[in-house]
Formats: sequence, structure tokens, C-alpha cells
Amino acid sequence: MKTMCALQLLMVFFFGRASVSSAQQAVPASAPAARQRGLAGKLLFERHCALCHGMDGRGGRGPSLRRRKLVRAADDQALKSLIENGIPPEMPEAWFLSKGEIASVAAYVRTLGNAPEETLPGDPARGKAIYARSGCSACHILGGEGSGFGPDLTEVGGRRASARLRETLENPAKTLPENFLLIEATTDSGQTTRGIRLNEDTFSIQVKDQQGNIYSFRKSDLRNLKKLRGESPMPAYASVFSSAELDDLVNFLAAQRGKP
Amino acid sequence: MKLLALFLLFCSSTFAQVPFERIVNADREPGNWLSYSRDLQGRRFSPLTEINTQNVSGLRVKWAFQFREPHTEVSPIVIDGILFVTGPNSAAAIDGRSGRLLWTWTRPLPADFHSIGFGHTNRGPAVLDDRLFVATLDGYLVALDLKSGIERWSSKVLNYKTGYSMTMAPLAIDGKVVIGVSGGEAGIRGFIDAYDAKTGQRVWRFWTIPGPGEPGHDTWSGEAWKTGGGATWVTGSYDPELKLIYWGVGNPGPDWNGDVRRGDNLYTCSLLALDADSGKLRWYFQFSPHDTHDWDATHVPILFDAPIHGTNRKLVAVANRNAFYYVLDRATGEFLLGKPYAKQTWATGLDAKGRPIAAPNAEPTKEGNLIWPNLNGATVWFSPSYDPQTGLVYVATREIGARYFKRDTPYKPGAFFPGGGEDELPADDASGAIKALQAESGELRWEFKLHSPPWAGVLSTAGGLVFSGSEEGNFYALDTNTGKPLWDFQTGGAIGANPISFTIDRHQFIAIAADRVLYVFGL
Repeated sequence: MKTMCALQLLMVFFFGRASVSSAQQAVPASAPAARQRGLAGKLLFERHCALCHGMDGRGGRGPSLRRRKLVRAADDQALKSLIENGIPPEMPEAWFLSKGEIASVAAYVRTLGNAPEETLPGDPARGKAIYARSGCSACHILGGEGSGFGPDLTEVGGRRASARLRETLENPAKTLPENFLLIEATTDSGQTTRGIRLNEDTFSIQVKDQQGNIYSFRKSDLRNLKKLRGESPMPAYASVFSSAELDDLVNFLAAQRGKP
Repeated sequence: MKLLALFLLFCSSTFAQVPFERIVNADREPGNWLSYSRDLQGRRFSPLTEINTQNVSGLRVKWAFQFREPHTEVSPIVIDGILFVTGPNSAAAIDGRSGRLLWTWTRPLPADFHSIGFGHTNRGPAVLDDRLFVATLDGYLVALDLKSGIERWSSKVLNYKTGYSMTMAPLAIDGKVVIGVSGGEAGIRGFIDAYDAKTGQRVWRFWTIPGPGEPGHDTWSGEAWKTGGGATWVTGSYDPELKLIYWGVGNPGPDWNGDVRRGDNLYTCSLLALDADSGKLRWYFQFSPHDTHDWDATHVPILFDAPIHGTNRKLVAVANRNAFYYVLDRATGEFLLGKPYAKQTWATGLDAKGRPIAAPNAEPTKEGNLIWPNLNGATVWFSPSYDPQTGLVYVATREIGARYFKRDTPYKPGAFFPGGGEDELPADDASGAIKALQAESGELRWEFKLHSPPWAGVLSTAGGLVFSGSEEGNFYALDTNTGKPLWDFQTGGAIGANPISFTIDRHQFIAIAADRVLYVFGL
């Protein structure tokens, strides 16, 4: 019986929110409560989510949420589950929020989707051509094509806001992905390997070089282990591409949201 | 023949009989692990020597046991070849030879149970006479028959609907089972309870926040004492001679906003010495008065004797979440020394009585203040170990800072009551270590660096070994004298539990839980 009540409340809440623009009068008794919970959701969002998704949900380090369809949250249940559990290592879980608070945040995130999506300058077809001719696929996989030294870009438009994509293209070292680390490992026999850290623990480290070769070292076998923090193997394209070309490339990358 | 029959009778009756005599004399039977820390002194030290510095490189998995729930934090009890383990609202007996189940027990978790500030977990059972004692998330202390797992009694300790819960291993002392509560992020008022082991009747309760008219009540402003936290969620220690229970108290609530609870907020962030018979407070020592960083003083207190200024003293040591290591006189609570054992930026030092001298800009603010250690502290609930052979205390230490924020949080029963929060520094700005401290002085003797801040406790053994685990799944052995790594094994799951050691058929084993698997190692 208690479960029923909770379910009914949630339904009133969600349908109440969804009907705000078209039929606010449909649930007059619960509308003030719904508004209050909506406000609670906004406050929680600003406190816990805005650091990455922006105060207005336009994104930053995290993706814009001003979209009707969220790539990783097909329905409200998936959205709530995602808020509760996070997306390791990119997005922290919200273990400290109650079920009701999570529902409030999820409902608020859904209202962001009602806002008009941003229109980006540039042309995605020209962006695609720039991507193809500039050798990006020597380090990135996109839609199954390329090699895997750098981060996979297949869903990059769902992970990053467009402003962040542009920032990365202009100066990649400033916007390194979570847990990204360039490594230089020198063995006791003097052989040096430079690559991306795949994994690390107290006793071992696993590294991938630019050709995609994978190395595993016991740390006790290394003469030197340099962690090149803040360095990126990707060139800074701010002075390579024109502003219009960057617009094209950002437009193309922002559209990469994985398989529908 | 008659003698043999008597001997057999004795054997069969002792099989499932663990009178307090056995627990208090734990060193007489080093092959068993009869209480949370093996002994009542909170040492997590095994006198076993078969596995030692010479042969530990040959350690291998003997068997593994899979739990239904992930992130197991259990420290098993081992009695005469049988392991007793717990999970959230569950317990089981496992055959130590084969790793096969002997019995299981579960108590359904109510659908509306919601843990605030911790995971669904249980850190272990306690044993006394023919009963196993288990604390449940929904607030029951349950006595199970050791041989069958069938419930003998259950007593309601708390109401989970207002944010209380239990995750800890109870402490069984002479005739009583002592238990504490979780809920320090939910605006509870903490307490420590003792129950009659035979009947389940409550013998006494000690409220960790004094009520009106009681000493210490004036360390709270207004009505804040009613929602002031002071959880008691880690198993304490016991001195059977002084008949004193030593128990740590958690943070005040709301955690990061002290404006609504002006004063020292006794007895939060304190160590209590309680009379075992009456539950009356003998003495207290508050490590972090008016804490605003969530630095619970919920640690296993280590009891040991050592000379201080030429006089042998009864001592209690605590490596605190606030990054200071403390040594107190355990008969009187007198502060003897305190010094940082990990990076900390919140205090410039301690005064002559052990009270911290606050550093500037060490309080949570609206904009955030960067402070070491982070809210999880320089160490947390997992156990340290005291090695009587080296006189060292081994502490799994976390080196991590965070930006602390202060916010307004109205109290709502059964809801998160934080008053702020923190942003941890990125993973590559954090690290961990096993630190070996001279027990009576806190001097650092050696440290073994870890890739990340650990969540696993420490076991030391008379074989000259320190065992612990890492977040990345490494279970490893260090030399007790040097900290040099001698062996490591990748378990495949994050380790957030305490290791133990015991014998099966006279051979030594080491056990550790990693994620949902309990591994048992032997030579």
C-alpha cells in the first residue's frame, strides 16, 4: 500500500511536470507541490550537477542537458538510476540524495530538455572532411574507424558540450579527460616506452603506445616512471585551423552521439 | 576408555561453546579468531608464525567464497575450523577446509529502508557461548544458534525510518553484547547499547549526546542536540581488568555547517570509556571539538601497555580520521601525546591538553576551502594493527585533500542532513600508505606507499608480516620491520575489508574479502 502511494505520487509529479506547458490545470491539487519539488530539483542540480553541466544545463566539462533525448537516459527510470549511480569515472554517483531528491533532480533535468537546443555555427559535412584529411583517425576511433591511442570519439557529442570540444581542439592539454595520463616508463634494461596509462595499481602499470601496442610493467622492474601530468600527445589546433574550420569540426563532433 | 569418552564429550561440547573465558584468553588459541579484532584489545594481531617472511612468496589461494552482495566489508569470526561471515541482513557458516556453506541466515530488508551516508554492508559478527550475534541494517540485534543459524532472539535497537542503522560487528564481553549505531549524516542522536547475551534484554544505553540537565549538554546551542549525530558505528575495545569499554563517537550533525550547533558538541568526535556493568561514562577525550569536516572518531581503539617517561602505563592509542595519532592513559583518559601521521592543514598543532589549535581558513565556506584530509579522513573505519613484537602500530593511511563547502540544510527526519559537502581532489593528487608508527611515541618508523587512498584494514602476524589491501584489488604482505613488500596478489575487486588469520588442520591461513569474494590463502 505504501509502495502504491509512492508510485502515485511520482506519477502525479512526473505527469504534472510534463504538463506544465500545455495543461497546467490538469492536476490543480498537486501543482503547487510539484512546483515546489521542481524548485527543489533546480536547487539540488545547481549544487551538485552544475559544476560539470553548467548552471543552466548548457554543459561544460559534462554534456549539455538541454536535449529532448539524453543519450544515456532513455527514460525517466534510466535517468534516475544514472543520477544515483553515476558514470564512473566521469560522473560521480549521488549516493547522498534520497530517492525523492533524485526524482526531483531527474524531473528538473527533463524540463531542461524543453528548452530550445543550441544551434551551432559551422557545417558538419565540412567538419567531417577536415577530420578525415587532418589525420585525426591516426589516434582516435570514431564510428568504428581509426586507431585507439586517443579517446574514442564515437559518442563525444553526448559526453562534452560544444564549447568544451572547441576548447579541447584549441588546447588539448587544458581539458584532459578524467584519468588521462601520459606515461614514460624506463625499464632496468634502459628501454623507454611512452604512451597512455590504461590502468595502474600499487605494484603494476599498463600502458598503450601510439601504435596501439600494450605494455604491462611491474613497477619494481622500472628504473624510472615519469607521469607527464598536464601533457597531451594531441597537437593544439588553435593556430592550425581557422576559426571557421574549428566551427565546422566542432559541429561535426557535437553530432557524434553514438548509435541511435 | 572412560577418560576418552570424557575427552570426546569435552571436545564436542567446546566445538560450539565459546564462553567469555575463551575470548578473553584469545592468545591461548591463536588458530581461532573469536572477536572482531581477534583480541579484545583491538590489536588485529595474529600470533601464528607458519606463514612468515621466508615463505610468504609461496602464498596461494586455497578457496574462495562468493557473496550475493558486492563490496563486502566483513571480518569473519573463526571457531575451530568454521568461518562465520555476515553480509547486509545476512549471515553464514562456511567450512574452513572446503569453503562450502554449512548454513545461511537472512532477514528481509524492508522495502522502504534507505541508507543515508553509507552502503548496504555488514562488517562482521560476534560470538559468545553458543550464539552468533549479528546487527542488521533495519535495526535489529539478532542472536543465532552457532550450529544451525536458527534465530534464538532478536531485539529492536533502533528505528531505521529516522535514519538510524547498523553496519558494525557487535562486541561480546562477559554476558553482554555491545552495539553502536550508524546515521551520523541523518541527524540522529547516537547511542551505545548493551544487551543481555542470553535473553536479548537491553541492559543499558549510553546516549552520546547529553540530554537536558546532563553534564555536557551545554556544549550544544538550542535544540541542536536532538539532531546532533554522534553515531557509534565502529566496534570498540575492552579492558577486562579495568572493566572499561572503549568506544569512538562519530561526527556532529549537520556535518559541514556548525553554525546551528555552536559549542564543542560533546561527545561527538570523542573516545569514551564506559563502565561495562552500568554503561556509565568513566572518562572521555574529544579529538575534534565542534567538528565541521565529518571526522568521526569511530576507530578501533588499540589497548597496550608501554613505558612513558620511565613509568609503565596502561595506554590506548587512536590514529584518528583528523590525521593526528593520539596516546591516552586508558585508566584516566589523560592526554599523553598527539602528532600528525598524515598531511593535515586544519590545525597548527595541539595544546597541552590535546585540544587542536585551529589553522586559519580551515572551515567549510560557501565558496569552498581546500583542506587536508578530505571528509573520509587520514584513516577511516577499517582497522589498524598493533604488533607487540615490534611495538609498532600499522595504519592504512589516506593522503587526500578536498574543497569543503558549507550550505544550509533544514532537518527532515530520515533525510540526508549534511549542511554542505566536499569536492575531492582528482585521483592523481591523492595517494595512500601503510605507516608504521612507534606505538607509544607516534614516531614514523617506515611507510609503504600505495597508489591510491586505501579502504582496507591491516593485519600483523608473529611471522613478521603486515597484510593489507588496495582499492585496485592488490592484497599484499609487507615486512613488519622494514615495510618492504614480500608478496602481492591481484584479487580482481576493490578491497574494503579487514584481513584475519587462523588455522585449519593446524595450518595457517589468511583471509580477506575483495568486492564480493572472500579469499582464503595458505601455503
